[in-house]
Amino acid sequence: MDEKIIDLQNELKTKLLKATDLMDLDKIRVAFLGKKGSITALLKGMKDLSADERKSLGAEINRLKSYAAQKIEERISELKEKEIEKEISAMPQFDISTPADMERGSYHPITLVQRQCETIFRSMGFTVEDYSEIVTDYECFESLNIPKHHPARDMQDTYYLENGQLLKSQTSAAQNAILKKYGKNLIENGVPIKAIFPGRCFRNEATDACHENTFFQMEGVMVDRDISISNLIFFMKTMLSEVFQKDIKVRLRPGFFPFVEPGFELDISCLICGGTGCASCKHSGWLELCPCGMIHPNVLKEGGVDPDKYTGFAFGLGLTRLAMMKYGIKDIRDLNSGNLKSLSQFTDDE
Amino acid sequence: MFLSMNWIQDFVDLNGLDKVELIHKFSLSTAEVENEIFFKGSQISGIVVAEIKSVEPHPESKKLHLLKVDAGEDELTDVVCGAPNVKVGMKTAFAKVGAQLGEITIAPRPLAGFMSNGMCCSEAEIEISDDNSGIMEITDNVKNGTDLKEIYEIEDIVFEVDNKSLTNRPDLWGHYGIAREFAALSGRKLKPLDIDDLNAYKNLPQVDMKIEDPLCQRYSCLQVENIKRNVSPVNMRIRLYYCGMRGINFLADLTNYLMLEMGQPMHAFDSRKVEKIRIKRFEKPFVFRTLDGVDRNIDENTLMICNGDTPVAIAGIMGGLDSEIVEDTTTLTLESATFNAVSIRKSTVRLAHRTDASIRYEKCLDPEMTTVAIGRFVKLLKEYDSNIKVVSSLTDEYAFHYDAVELNFDKKFVDRYTGIEIDNNAIINTLTNLGFKADFDGEKFSVVVPSWRATKDITIKADIIEEITRIYGYDNFDINTTRSPLYPVRMTAVKNNEDKIKDILVKKYNLHEVHSYVWAYNDELKALGIPVEQNVKLANATNPNIETIRNSIIPTQLCQVKQNTSFAQDFGIFEIGRIVNGLDENNLCIENKKLAITLFSKTKKTKELYFKLRDILAVVTNDIKHKSLAFKAAQPEHGYEHPINLNRIFIEDKEVGKIGIVHPVVGKKIDKKANIVFAEIDVDDFSSVSDSGIIYEEPSKFPTMDYDISLDIPSGVFYDKLSKCWSDEGKDILKGTRIVDTYDTETVHSITVRFEFSSNERTLSSDEVQKIMDKVIENLSAIGVSLR
Repeated sequence: MDEKIIDLQNELKTKLLKATDLMDLDKIRVAFLGKKGSITALLKGMKDLSADERKSLGAEINRLKSYAAQKIEERISELKEKEIEKEISAMPQFDISTPADMERGSYHPITLVQRQCETIFRSMGFTVEDYSEIVTDYECFESLNIPKHHPARDMQDTYYLENGQLLKSQTSAAQNAILKKYGKNLIENGVPIKAIFPGRCFRNEATDACHENTFFQMEGVMVDRDISISNLIFFMKTMLSEVFQKDIKVRLRPGFFPFVEPGFELDISCLICGGTGCASCKHSGWLELCPCGMIHPNVLKEGGVDPDKYTGFAFGLGLTRLAMMKYGIKDIRDLNSGNLKSLSQFTDDE
Repeated sequence: MFLSMNWIQDFVDLNGLDKVELIHKFSLSTAEVENEIFFKGSQISGIVVAEIKSVEPHPESKKLHLLKVDAGEDELTDVVCGAPNVKVGMKTAFAKVGAQLGEITIAPRPLAGFMSNGMCCSEAEIEISDDNSGIMEITDNVKNGTDLKEIYEIEDIVFEVDNKSLTNRPDLWGHYGIAREFAALSGRKLKPLDIDDLNAYKNLPQVDMKIEDPLCQRYSCLQVENIKRNVSPVNMRIRLYYCGMRGINFLADLTNYLMLEMGQPMHAFDSRKVEKIRIKRFEKPFVFRTLDGVDRNIDENTLMICNGDTPVAIAGIMGGLDSEIVEDTTTLTLESATFNAVSIRKSTVRLAHRTDASIRYEKCLDPEMTTVAIGRFVKLLKEYDSNIKVVSSLTDEYAFHYDAVELNFDKKFVDRYTGIEIDNNAIINTLTNLGFKADFDGEKFSVVVPSWRATKDITIKADIIEEITRIYGYDNFDINTTRSPLYPVRMTAVKNNEDKIKDILVKKYNLHEVHSYVWAYNDELKALGIPVEQNVKLANATNPNIETIRNSIIPTQLCQVKQNTSFAQDFGIFEIGRIVNGLDENNLCIENKKLAITLFSKTKKTKELYFKLRDILAVVTNDIKHKSLAFKAAQPEHGYEHPINLNRIFIEDKEVGKIGIVHPVVGKKIDKKANIVFAEIDVDDFSSVSDSGIIYEEPSKFPTMDYDISLDIPSGVFYDKLSKCWSDEGKDILKGTRIVDTYDTETVHSITVRFEFSSNERTLSSDEVQKIMDKVIENLSAIGVSLR
């Protein structure tokens, strides 16, 4: 019986050496340790032996069994390792330096600057409003203290529609509606009116690299009990510094717009030269950016807000101009062109 | 408008102050000054008065003369001169050796064989007029050798104010009003205007004049005789020239001078032609020839100055040719008037003729100014032509008075508006310097607005704030944030949805956002065979190509796709923009906000592309609304829509838009080899659908059972019909279905659907699943769908 054990052990050794893959090893495992395997058969053959013999031989067979299991396992790991090595060496070193696939969508640059401005104003408690593009004479002029025959109506050439409505020539056209929408909450609950309204505006003029008949503005209003010129300058400076991510110097000059009093033209220190004078600011050191002012009492009144109790400021930021400045877009017409060679570059929202 | 610093200084002493700094201050406090400031005369030096003592013709040249001139030196100077107007005894401007004329330094040099030791100059050469016809003739009695700059105001600082920034300031259309601003800005006193005392003529006869139309607010006139002077004084001509006006003759120059000085346009008629001045409109249109020789159509709305019934001038715009001052005019009638500003503005628009006078009248000039201007005119006239004679009394009809404007407010009002502390004295001083009558009684300010600011400019208290703050200087403001209470800010559904839609389309599906115009592009659409559909039109489009407002973004987008066919093999564009869908019952535009998407592909099959767009919309809807889409076949309404593959899109029962394949006729015009699909969603309708939110489901701990069935689908039976066969079956345990395989031949359309069953409470038995599936199969066969 001992011999049989030794033979089996030798046979196992030889077979393990010959095995070249995991399938061979599985066969070996079955041949020795399977239900009908030779070691299992040895164990089964013990039932005819005496108790003593069973004890000593049983120990031997069990030793052989665990020996076999261990050796097969060792051989399996060996072969697995070799297979991994083979797989590794079979893989070439890839050229990771080839150009990446950069296919992405893109946002319109106006969307990008608009979102930046919205984020800044939302962080300061302003709501973002939406307004139609086609408005009435009342919305665009009458409610803004621009009565019929006022010369201010000549200052901007307006697109009129056959039905008497017009394409809004300024985002201020939404002011009256905003005042009416939030006025009640201001008067009854003391909640200040703080709103911005980005939107498209239209002017009936010939287009060239610097002029468009369709462009974006962002109007902002704030109305409360004691809103002052000092507050207006603060908000404009803060907002513009955030937009351009640097400390922006602003200056106000008197500007005439019928819906504000006092009205201002707001200039910012030139972004290119910082104020020393260069070609882009026509050597003045300043860029004219944004008309603004204290909302005219008549406009407040027309919006249902008592000008003796409340004051407010309003501004109209040229989003199109801002986008052009920010990204260095030279031809304003690119923005409405739908030309993907130009527009597909604006891949990310900052 | 160009302004002369010398002229301003006639009215305010700015000695010792930095003029450029003051101009800068003016720009920040009053009106926008253009960047370039002109230092007139700074490039010119060494020009003296010289008298021509002898003139010899040049032996070889017909044009040149050999002159000896007395330039105030011990010996006469030899000069070669080519001017035609040289004559002995004439005094002229002479550039001595060493003189500077811009870049040129005068040096002795041979000219056609003779030495020339200097140069006789034309007015154009010393840049005091554009007259280059001959050398300057100096008629003033001055010593030879006197530097020209000592006798004439050649040196001046001239700056230009942007006319647009003066729209609301009728008082700033002349130097006197500008000087008032400089006085306030510098703290110096404004000098009173030196005017003739018109009372002296009150016993002379009146001019026969009558205002017969309320559009004329005030008409003042005076008759003058015996004007002998023809050429204006040099300094007057220089000022006019520096301010952008050409010299004409003394009288014309003087009226222009008055206008530039006081902002009051004036006109001089030949008295023979205006014996009976009537100001009125005519009932019937006619043609009138203005003094520039142009025939103009006058209608019933245009106010005219007439001699009886004969029109002699268009009020406030331009005089007539026939009533002009001519050679033999002996008596002239001087007009100084104000008219209704709106009427003047409308007339200039109708006539398409804007003049220096009408630009001023449009701004609502101060009627108080008319007689003052006549007083000033007579004063200057006498100064330059001492023998003139006034032959009428001042004839003046003052038909329309502006209301006096008096405003009262307290310090708190000022503080609240400004947000800073400006002291009472500064307020009073500023207002007083600007011509306001301002008092403070310890509690309230009472302010009377001067007539020149009270025609429309200043009517309310807030206007006073501007006066105070602009002179105080916005640069001097302390800036502060508000003390307003804070409340949470909520975004509107539309805005919120719009932002999310853009993010999904750009970030997940690589689409490109574009913008376009709100009108249909006629020409581009014609090229694609898409007719421009009837819709609201622009009333005043300058370009017929952009006349009609679009009723959908898709045609626009197809034009944009066409333009980008070489951009990439596959791309998609989208826009959230506006369209108009006709008019409502109140005749107002029905404006809608739409999301339009167009996909273009040269690599994908039509169906694949169409389904990709369907999937995009489904994901957008599910991400934002957590709901799914439903479709109904639509009838094409537009030429670019595919007759078969066009669907209306629903979320729950709300119709939100349309998806389709582009009609091959249009598609082939865009690109022969590409497939194009489109969708348009109404953003407001989409936003109005409520968000179901994420409904979380606990994953089952029990095993899932899948049950696959393969079905032969007869043509015309769509999946949404199939799904109704199981939507009511298997209640809690049928968790989902999906298509795991499709098999299509020319005759057979077959799909394999996997049904997923599971329960959170127990392990399912195959019997209960089989029962449900039997019912499903029965339902299917009822609609003609059989197992494969």
